[in-house]
Amino acid sequence: MSLAIFSIGLLGTVCGLGLGWAAKSLRAETDPIVDRIDRLLPQTQCGKCNFKGCRPYAEAIAAGQAEINQCPPGGEAGIRALADLLGREPLPLNPANGLEKPAAVAVIDELVCIGCTLCIEACPVDAILGATKQMHTVIAAECTGCELCLPPCPVDCIVMEIPEAIDRRRRPRPALAAGAS
Amino acid sequence: MQDSAVERARNAGKRLFHFHGGLRLHHHKQASCQVAVQSVAIPPRLYIPLMQHAGPEATPLVGTGAHVLKGEPVARFNEPSIGYVHAPTSGTIAAIARQAITHPSGLEGLCVVLKPDGLDRWTRLQPMEHWQSADPELIRQRLCESGIVGLGGAVFPTSRKVEEARNFGIHTLILNGAECEPYISCDEMLMREQPDKVVLGALILQKAVAAEQVIIAIEDQMEEVFSALQAAISNADCTHMRLVKVRTIYPEGGEKQLIQVLTGLEIPAGCRPPELGLLCQNVATAAAVAEAVTEGKPLVQRIVTVTGNGVKRPHNLLALIGTPISTLVDACGGYTHDAARLVLGGPLMGYALASDQNPVIKAANCILVLSNRDIQSDQAEMPCIRCGECARVCPALLLPQTLNWQIRNDLLDDASDSGLGECIECGCCDYVCPSHIPLAEWFRFGKSEHQLLAMERSQSNLARDRYLAREARLEQLKQDRERRLGEKKQALRDRTSVTGGTMGQGPA
Repeated sequence: MSLAIFSIGLLGTVCGLGLGWAAKSLRAETDPIVDRIDRLLPQTQCGKCNFKGCRPYAEAIAAGQAEINQCPPGGEAGIRALADLLGREPLPLNPANGLEKPAAVAVIDELVCIGCTLCIEACPVDAILGATKQMHTVIAAECTGCELCLPPCPVDCIVMEIPEAIDRRRRPRPALAAGAS
Repeated sequence: MQDSAVERARNAGKRLFHFHGGLRLHHHKQASCQVAVQSVAIPPRLYIPLMQHAGPEATPLVGTGAHVLKGEPVARFNEPSIGYVHAPTSGTIAAIARQAITHPSGLEGLCVVLKPDGLDRWTRLQPMEHWQSADPELIRQRLCESGIVGLGGAVFPTSRKVEEARNFGIHTLILNGAECEPYISCDEMLMREQPDKVVLGALILQKAVAAEQVIIAIEDQMEEVFSALQAAISNADCTHMRLVKVRTIYPEGGEKQLIQVLTGLEIPAGCRPPELGLLCQNVATAAAVAEAVTEGKPLVQRIVTVTGNGVKRPHNLLALIGTPISTLVDACGGYTHDAARLVLGGPLMGYALASDQNPVIKAANCILVLSNRDIQSDQAEMPCIRCGECARVCPALLLPQTLNWQIRNDLLDDASDSGLGECIECGCCDYVCPSHIPLAEWFRFGKSEHQLLAMERSQSNLARDRYLAREARLEQLKQDRERRLGEKKQALRDRTSVTGGTMGQGPA
């Protein structure tokens, strides 16, 4: 009898210590659900969701302070992915946040640019290069197409351009014949 | 384990093995093998695409109106270890414009349009006289400058392959002459007509990668090729070269399948043959290597099989890169009345072309013109009945029905986990599917979608990193400003208290 009590007690102590240690040293630094939501967001950092960037929006969704249909660049596919992750019903995109558009990059008309640096300050991903009274230019590979540089420009020299088919390796989706699974 | 694998790789070809699956197919090669290879007349315009293989387009080096000689570079790639695009004949540059290029996407690409002057004058050629004693690095550079790519269909830059092979250390060079796909016979004709060039190319490649032995693998039904190559090998007096006949089963000409047949080893997923000390090259590539090194000629032409029921006189033709496909078809007597579809490549791995104005590219081993009765399907696509025939024939040991289901449902990551990247797109599953599901087509689509997805992901990861870095920087700046402000305030406060203490009153 005493042996049973002792062994179960010992087992409980060992498990308790193990759990206590795991809770301290294996603790996740950040909320893993925020990371997972953040991974599904397009990282445009455009702020159309009414948050400062994709990560703050992910935190708000995780905290239940925002709906999943506020991200226009993510579009319907993004909403579906979020709904799948969170086990919710997909909602239609909230038109108050904007409309889904094809991906574009900002292009500065370098003849018109006066070098005011306002767009550089506005760019959330530091994708604009330039200095005061020097010509500015967009690093196309790093531009997310957030459009945040458009309103501050005093001479309206920035336009959004849809890059031509970047990838020629793309293949057409095979035609779905009637009755196919 | 590793040692025994290398040991088996060294004994390649001494005993033959099998790979999983595969098909025995009708050859349809006789039609185009009856007559010798003929040259095609130079067409009035050549369209040389600047996108020759995976990766970005080459940058033009010449402007419109410039006169170029045959073999002169007209564009160069910005990446090291990929060389130039060369002018296939002498003439003037008529334009550098977007044209339909020969590509499965059907999209347009930048092309150099060359108006030949009809003289076909070579630029000054610089053969490597003493390649036997040359530095292997010089040979590799020559391959790079000459624009040599794998002519088996993948058009991977040969100099890069050689470089990679040298890094791993190669003991066996395998020349792939097992042209397994039906209808295609360009390699067979090349080996029959120019066996010496193939053997010479093999020796040069052997020198470039410092391989101990060379194995030339051909199909067991290529009798004429066997005797021609045998004679060439004994002429060249090379003791480290062996000719091996492999059993004709489609797709034994695939790199990994051929290695499995010769060594019994499977190349692990995600690995490449050099990791086992093996290097695989196509026989046509070897011939191009021989021309580049001993004659100094860059790769500006290739043998193309023009065949199928839709063409009047099937032939193998020696065509300049950039020749419109219609010129080739005309050289074969034109289309028959029931020609219905133009395919680049063979019936299993090729892709349909939208127009016969598309140019011949380095990857164009075969132009297959199918007639109406070839393409008529006896039954429409039906739902999958889970019969498993596709898995039984898959040479890459995949489960095509699972992949099919995953790709159709946009589960691209799952498909990738199921080994989509290992699919060689041979089309065996397609061929046996009783429900006529275009499986290989779905896999090609899935691969390209997954590639795009990976690209999007890396882009969004970059954006996330840059956003977080900027936020951190702004936060740091804010803190610094606050700290400086606090210090100033503190200093001001200290000064007022000090001055107030000593003089009894502050400034008015």
